[in-house]
Amino acid sequence: MAMEMRLPVARKPLSESLGRESKKHLVVPGDTITTDTGFMRGHGTYMGEEKLIASVAGSVERVNKLICVKALKTRYNGEVGDIVVGRITEVQQKRWKVETNSRLDSVLLLSSMNLPGGELAEVQAVFSDGAVSLHTRSLKYGKLGQGVLVQVSPSLVKRQKTHFHDLPCGASVILGNNGFIWIYPTPEHKEEDAGGFIANLEPVSLADREVISRLRNCIVSLVTQRMMLYDTSILYCYEASLPHPIKDILKPEIMEEIVLETRQRLLEQEG
Amino acid sequence: MASVALSEAEKVYIVHGVQTRGVRSLRLGTFKEDLRVDGRGCEDYRCVDVETDVVSNTSGSARVKLGHTDILVGVKAEMGTPKLEKPNEGYLEFFVDCSANATPEFEGRGGDDLGTEIANTLYRIFNNKSSVDLKSLCISPREHCWILYVDVLLLECGGNLFDAISIAVKAALFNTRIPRVRVLEDEEGSKDIELSDDPYDCIRLSVENVPCIVTLCKIGYRHVVDATLQEEACSLASLLVSVTSKGVVTCMRKVGKGSLDPESIFEMMETGKRVGKVLHTSLQNILHKEESLGTKRQKVGFLG
Repeated sequence: MAMEMRLPVARKPLSESLGRESKKHLVVPGDTITTDTGFMRGHGTYMGEEKLIASVAGSVERVNKLICVKALKTRYNGEVGDIVVGRITEVQQKRWKVETNSRLDSVLLLSSMNLPGGELAEVQAVFSDGAVSLHTRSLKYGKLGQGVLVQVSPSLVKRQKTHFHDLPCGASVILGNNGFIWIYPTPEHKEEDAGGFIANLEPVSLADREVISRLRNCIVSLVTQRMMLYDTSILYCYEASLPHPIKDILKPEIMEEIVLETRQRLLEQEG
Repeated sequence: MASVALSEAEKVYIVHGVQTRGVRSLRLGTFKEDLRVDGRGCEDYRCVDVETDVVSNTSGSARVKLGHTDILVGVKAEMGTPKLEKPNEGYLEFFVDCSANATPEFEGRGGDDLGTEIANTLYRIFNNKSSVDLKSLCISPREHCWILYVDVLLLECGGNLFDAISIAVKAALFNTRIPRVRVLEDEEGSKDIELSDDPYDCIRLSVENVPCIVTLCKIGYRHVVDATLQEEACSLASLLVSVTSKGVVTCMRKVGKGSLDPESIFEMMETGKRVGKVLHTSLQNILHKEESLGTKRQKVGFLG
């Protein structure tokens, strides 16, 4: 049995370990971003007293004339077309309430479902109070079977064309835009008719389990080090973690080492 | 208890994982290990962060982080009158506050039930002669004694509360410094209590025999140590075993709706004793290491 106790260590600011020269411009709500009125204001800002003021805590991003503040940690704000993973919390007469890590519970109307048990859905509309209406468009979406759910901040999930990834290591991953990440064993054959609403409750093999546990720990370590999550970063992190036993990945020093290696590989790949 | 909702399939996955007997080969040999969701075996704990002396206006304090569970314990020593049935001893008073910080369910009076349950468990495990030397807390029999008010604050709830709380209580008691007092009797017979001038002149408690709780959750037909919230949601019954550093069981309690077979209770108790001894050794090592660092230690506190 393993038991490890340690004294807490203060976290180092990330920019030190990255060696980045330019520091990000961080703001908190109420901070003035700029007094120049020539800019267009984007998300996370508002105009007050002739100045552009931040309304969320995060880093300032500037694209030509558009200034917006990207929040570091936020509840999920729905956008039409996003893929989300949610948990059904309530069943009402004509709709289901789904928990998606947003300010309000999302609704899944029975009329907009293809299957009797839809849980993986796409955002159809956003109500004025911020509640999100979901629908399951095709048989690809539906109730999820056995697997592991990891909850992260929505700001860490990169927006991509597709959110379903079958990783070569043997498991599949669904990166929901709301920060819910579902890791599950890759189904051997695609069933067209069932669509997954009959959950497969057979035991998952040990090899698949190891892959899933390792992926889960990799995702948790990427999140702790505030790295964006997408299929390539998860895959590189997985490969970097292979020499270590699965449960050691969560130790702080090994976590830093793995994420550093991942970062380097990503930088190499880009440039 | 704060709990998380899981679907049937997720529970099945967790239960099968705990029951899987896989064979892993290390450099030294092969042994069977079970695979929980985060890769741990059935008897592995998550990484524990322990820090003492975090609250400055207490006699002793400790903060323990076990995964997502965050506990803060403060001990205050105050003078009072001993209990009537035990005139030569001081005593401990426990109070547990489940703050709304941990989960919205604890808002208002929501956390009171859990708080009283934990406090009662703490009273039970300390309810014996050898856990803490209560005679050393006596100042003058029948008149004055030290009362140690142990306040536990639940900052975050991530599964396995009892273990983390007992580790934090032990660390806080280790850190407690009680000022040394002398009783002066003058000619008329009235007693005066004199506090020593030196602020560092104090008595420390011996925490050799302070027990720690090991929670064993029954999942499927096996049991696991240090369950996360998801694993607790899959388990129907748990056994809380309070173990001292020598492996002596001071108290045992069963929680949960499900039933436990007497055979499995015996097995769980043996596991609890084994795990408890290792827990105590690690805790003692880390506390001594922290103390030996002395003023060189970098205090992390709450802003680290």
